[in-house]
Amino acid sequence: MADTTHDHAHGHDHSHDHHDHKPGFVARWFFSTNHKDIGTLYLIFAVVGGLIGGGLSEIMRAQLQFPANHIVTSGQEWNTIITSHGLLMIFFSVMPALIGGFGNWFIPLMIGAPDMAFPRLNNISFWLLPPALLLILIGLFMGESGSGWTLYPPLSNATYESGMGMDCTLFALHLAGASSLLGAMNFITTIFNMRAPGMTMHKLPLFIWASLVTAWLLVLSVPVLAGAITMLICDRNFGTSFFDPRGGGDPVLFQHLFWFFGHPEVYIMILPGFGIISHVISTFSKKPIFGYLGMVYAMVGIGVVGFVVWAHHMYLSGMDVDTRAYFMGATMVIAVPTGVKIFSWIATMWGGSIEFKTPMLWAVGFLFVFTIGGVTGVVCANAGIDEAIHNTYYVIAHFHYVLSLGAVFSIFCGFYYWIGKMSGRQYPEFWGRVHFWLFFLGVNLTFFPQHFLGLAGMPRRYPDYPDAFAGWNYVSSIGAYISGLSTLVFLYVCFRTFTSKAHVADNYWGEGATTLEWTQTSPPAFHTYSELPRIL
Amino acid sequence: MQLFRRLCAALTLMIMAPVALPGWFAAFAAGAPTPWEIGMQPAANEIKRRIIDLHDLVLVIITVTTIFVGVLLAIVCTRYTAKRNPVPSKTSHHTGLEIAWTVIPIILLVVMAIPSFRLIYFQDRTPNPDLTIKVIAHQWYWEYGYPDNGDFSIESRYVHDEDLKPGQLRLLDVDNQMVVPVGKNVRILTSSPEVIHSFFVPSLGVQRYAIPGRVIETWFSVDKPGVYYGQCNQICGQDHSRMPIVVHAVTEQEFKAWTEQTKKAAQADVPAGSQTNLLAATNTMANQVQR
Repeated sequence: MADTTHDHAHGHDHSHDHHDHKPGFVARWFFSTNHKDIGTLYLIFAVVGGLIGGGLSEIMRAQLQFPANHIVTSGQEWNTIITSHGLLMIFFSVMPALIGGFGNWFIPLMIGAPDMAFPRLNNISFWLLPPALLLILIGLFMGESGSGWTLYPPLSNATYESGMGMDCTLFALHLAGASSLLGAMNFITTIFNMRAPGMTMHKLPLFIWASLVTAWLLVLSVPVLAGAITMLICDRNFGTSFFDPRGGGDPVLFQHLFWFFGHPEVYIMILPGFGIISHVISTFSKKPIFGYLGMVYAMVGIGVVGFVVWAHHMYLSGMDVDTRAYFMGATMVIAVPTGVKIFSWIATMWGGSIEFKTPMLWAVGFLFVFTIGGVTGVVCANAGIDEAIHNTYYVIAHFHYVLSLGAVFSIFCGFYYWIGKMSGRQYPEFWGRVHFWLFFLGVNLTFFPQHFLGLAGMPRRYPDYPDAFAGWNYVSSIGAYISGLSTLVFLYVCFRTFTSKAHVADNYWGEGATTLEWTQTSPPAFHTYSELPRIL
Repeated sequence: MQLFRRLCAALTLMIMAPVALPGWFAAFAAGAPTPWEIGMQPAANEIKRRIIDLHDLVLVIITVTTIFVGVLLAIVCTRYTAKRNPVPSKTSHHTGLEIAWTVIPIILLVVMAIPSFRLIYFQDRTPNPDLTIKVIAHQWYWEYGYPDNGDFSIESRYVHDEDLKPGQLRLLDVDNQMVVPVGKNVRILTSSPEVIHSFFVPSLGVQRYAIPGRVIETWFSVDKPGVYYGQCNQICGQDHSRMPIVVHAVTEQEFKAWTEQTKKAAQADVPAGSQTNLLAATNTMANQVQR
């Protein structure tokens, strides 16, 4: 990324000139208009969402550890648990962390803006999420959201999932969608209009580019999900038949609408992660990112092409063979810009002077596991092979490698990179490494054997399976317990960080950290950039 | 070339999971999953053979790619540590490299795409079906209709754990199997009267959703007599995991005998003229399938 210099002689803001009084507790945390505080709210929320979603996954793996297990006592209960697990991890953990959390914290800091374009809109974007979480939990505890996170009718229709729980779940997604949409509009406006003098688009740090593409994907795809959900709610409650063939509707229409959102959604979840990885690799290799423009246009290309491949999730829904051929070809194209990014990151490290602090461990780990997840995606893209692996554990292995290993690695990477900046206290290096290695071992052990289960034909969303699948399921469950243990280590790291006494410097990573947030104090002043920096 | 690719793929699988070696040999057995299996269930027909071949090709490419990335990472992480390389280079461009790592993946994708496109056209449907079977998914059992062999249908439900006989597979065996003649092209038409299900038999390389309001066509054939297991593969409610599929391939004479016998039994049970409405409806829809 471009070198940014500035004529700010001091490392900290002149905020002591005017009172830097922070508002009272309620005003500060419930009526915030401060991007840093709102970012903090999102990060805490993401941890809560992740713990609940992760807890559900521990229950799932405990159930699947042995055939004919009885931890989960009914199929409906199982279906609700897996649905909630997916929705919580996607909408209440990964997205709040990467977009709401790190996005809000660092977009203004990196572009030299005092806050987001719409600070009050920013607050409502966050506060839409806790009620949404509550609604999902209502669906979970009522046991009435058993459709899978993909919500396909007719199973999600009133006939087969009657009761309020499903409607609560759908409405929760409306709220979460509104939150993302408002946030995305805020991000786009901020990035386009509030860059400090001298920061041209081609000097933008890669995390900003990543967030910008992500925001555009949100703006264009979330309304389609909202439409699909509204139609489903109407079918359920108001006598319409958008997705009911008995009234002239079509279940496959829902699939098209859902996946038109759903495919960009997965790029929404990974692109900010790409941005974080770029920053961390550059910092710890003490080199600028290799091929900056290539990296920018790879992300733009992934975003654009990501909009025209949605039906690769629908190869078996009766689409014409020529249509399937198109979607297969288009999907395979995305491998090219993604590969460009992986090789560019390695080329950044090549010739560098690398220090393996904890953030760098996560970044290097990301490169390896994301490659594995990416290439299994290429396998799934081939519609012919997909006929044998669609809806099996192979697909689960693929998307958990890119999400639970890819996106989550990038979240922890960002945490270890930026926690000192955000809180003024540093994490304990030893325990950070323990967390990394334990998690790395755990998630690989959990998800790699699932490739075998999928190739052998084990279907997904099953609470019980034929005895032949017992071996790899047992291994996978052990991996899940190790990952769970590593989460406890993470909570300990948080505890040690927030109770540590030492305060960190403005730039505690040294010469490799060249973006604007490192010119501010750790933590930054409540209001930063009262004077705009000038980028040369 | 085929053999070479198969050997490479086998080598790759062996490198990836040495613990599975015993399971790997055992997998060349029935049309059912085997313990510790690391690859696809062995093929019982040409479709699955081609799927496995394509997967072998893709697997070799992706394994080499992953190992390549891994080796590069290992080199970079050992050679360019701060201790061994205190002064970082300033290189951030190399047009040749950037072209190479764009063009080579494109070439690899084209190499995969050619057999891949041919496979989906082969899998889609057969121009010469010998018989048609209608696969109607219900919550939570399958109904197989035989319009060409006497226009009867049978219902297929899983064998409960308590009722399993010795040798039967839990969650896989059923009371009434889908019987098909060996070596014939079987056209499959899937549908459902209520929620979406999926008809999935791994060893036959066949899977299609069963969606209310539409009829989806595909096909398979079976090389050898035997029993081939599958399961419902689209979440369909509380007993989604309890509606397996069993395809029993038999000789033509055995098939004729079975259809005669089953048709009589079906007619004895069901008064004439009261076929399920759904079967009649799918008759109409199937007749409208033009291609």
